Amino acid sequence: MTGAEFVMISLVPLVIGVLAAIACALPGNFLLLRRQALIGDAISHVVLPGIVVAFLLSGRVAAVPMMLGAGGAALVSVALIEAIRRLGRIEPGAAMGVVFTAMFAGGVLLLEQSAASGVHLDVQHALYGNLESLIWLDGHGWGALVDREALRGLPPELARMALVTLAVALFTGLLWRALVISTFDEGFARTLGLPVRALSLALVAVAAMAAVAAFDAVGSIIVIAMFICPPAAARLMTDRMGGQVAWSLGFATLSAVLGYVLAGYGPLWLGHQSAVSAAGMIATVSGLILALAALFGPRRRGVAAV
Amino acid sequence: MALELVREKLIDQNPLAIRGLTVSYAEKPAVFSVDVSYRAGQMTAIVGPNGAGKSTLLKAALGIVRPISGRVTAFGAPLDRARARIAYVPQRASVDWEFPARVIDVVMMGLYRDLGLLGRVRPHHRARAMQSLARVGMESFATRQIGQLSGGQQQRVFLARALAQGADLYLLDEPFAGVDAATERAIIGVLKGLRDDGKTVVAVHHDLATVPAYFDRAFLLNITAIAEGPVAEVMTEANLRAAYGGRLGPARQAV
Repeated sequence: MTGAEFVMISLVPLVIGVLAAIACALPGNFLLLRRQALIGDAISHVVLPGIVVAFLLSGRVAAVPMMLGAGGAALVSVALIEAIRRLGRIEPGAAMGVVFTAMFAGGVLLLEQSAASGVHLDVQHALYGNLESLIWLDGHGWGALVDREALRGLPPELARMALVTLAVALFTGLLWRALVISTFDEGFARTLGLPVRALSLALVAVAAMAAVAAFDAVGSIIVIAMFICPPAAARLMTDRMGGQVAWSLGFATLSAVLGYVLAGYGPLWLGHQSAVSAAGMIATVSGLILALAALFGPRRRGVAAV
Repeated sequence: MALELVREKLIDQNPLAIRGLTVSYAEKPAVFSVDVSYRAGQMTAIVGPNGAGKSTLLKAALGIVRPISGRVTAFGAPLDRARARIAYVPQRASVDWEFPARVIDVVMMGLYRDLGLLGRVRPHHRARAMQSLARVGMESFATRQIGQLSGGQQQRVFLARALAQGADLYLLDEPFAGVDAATERAIIGVLKGLRDDGKTVVAVHHDLATVPAYFDRAFLLNITAIAEGPVAEVMTEANLRAAYGGRLGPARQAV
């Protein structure tokens, strides 16, 4: 592959993949330690009908209506969970499970029945995004990176994902100390006067924002994987919070790059004709990294140096 | 003169004053209409049977759980204005010790009010944390991962974190639960040292036998307040029977 081909076809998907992985892995570290890791999974399920409805109403795939739709769906899910829990008198976990899967199923049906299917949003898109289609038509070689005209032709998903990743990074960086204390010891955090509840809500909101933005570009498979796999693997590499986050970012980046390359070229190396889904391969790589960390990580439970 | 008396009564200057505190989980009250003031420069034990609401009382007084009703003041001010003067030591089992942190990282959390969100950690901050660790005999464990510590060592780390806060009022939830004898001695030594420096210590305590040796005052609780005062006056047969009912058995023999 020449430089020009790489810039046009692979550069943007690669960068978006890395940004999406990082945006999800960052809050994933805290969600994992708060035993809320599945919230990422839940969010990516619940928001689907909201995104579809937003698409149907606005007629286009745009950031603002999608975020509004996703937020609306999240509110509906909270109300539904509460209603089922009260009326059915069942435990919250079961109520959540019912609502998440039902809303995701409803979203899929909505997609199939609506004009949305076949246009741009379809079930496949929802599951594993359209990473490969985010090509940069004006990217004729590396020179395009400094060519203002060519830069204007960049897929809008790139700027959106970059902005969201920056917001997530700022949130984590600025509130780091408060997030760490309230994650480790909520009661103590409260006695320090920290707004524990607001912090917890903000963390979930930031995770939701990352999930929705990543969902658009890379689909829900990668979102679920990136919330859990890099932070979980990172925990097995170090005993410090800062170290864990650094490792998780490294693993997220590695998964995105390696997954994209393997999906694009792996099948060809093996003699097959077509590439496989990049999102699926990125998620697979992140899972393999977690498996390796679980087998060989220096800080596995019970093997830490005493 | 009369008016002054009324005013003094209204604003309790004690390190911690609780008025009409009621907390309920589900429909059942865990703590009901409790009035109590903890005296400055004294060590007070909160004593009562299992399920008496001892931990709940502390948590509600600190705003960790939300009471149905009641008013709490600390040093004569609303709780939120006195936060800097209060240190809380939660039950050891209330956190996940597999958390990726070293001993020193946990103790540094006690400096949050000085450091704020983005304040730089300076040498004197680190020195204060190390001094706090030294006071509980844990300075050589500073870089150890917290999951590798024994229960007693974890409890000492929690106490060191509270010491780093440099507070005037120390509230401890079962500080002696599941710790070895050496740790119990170390902790009681530190707490008595705080008291001798004029600080106030209030601890939820489950071992009736050690109350007279460890504490100056006792607060007997079983959902409602039974008695508060000097240990000898509070730990009477009648009061204990009122708090523990038929469950006293071995506990009474120990006193």
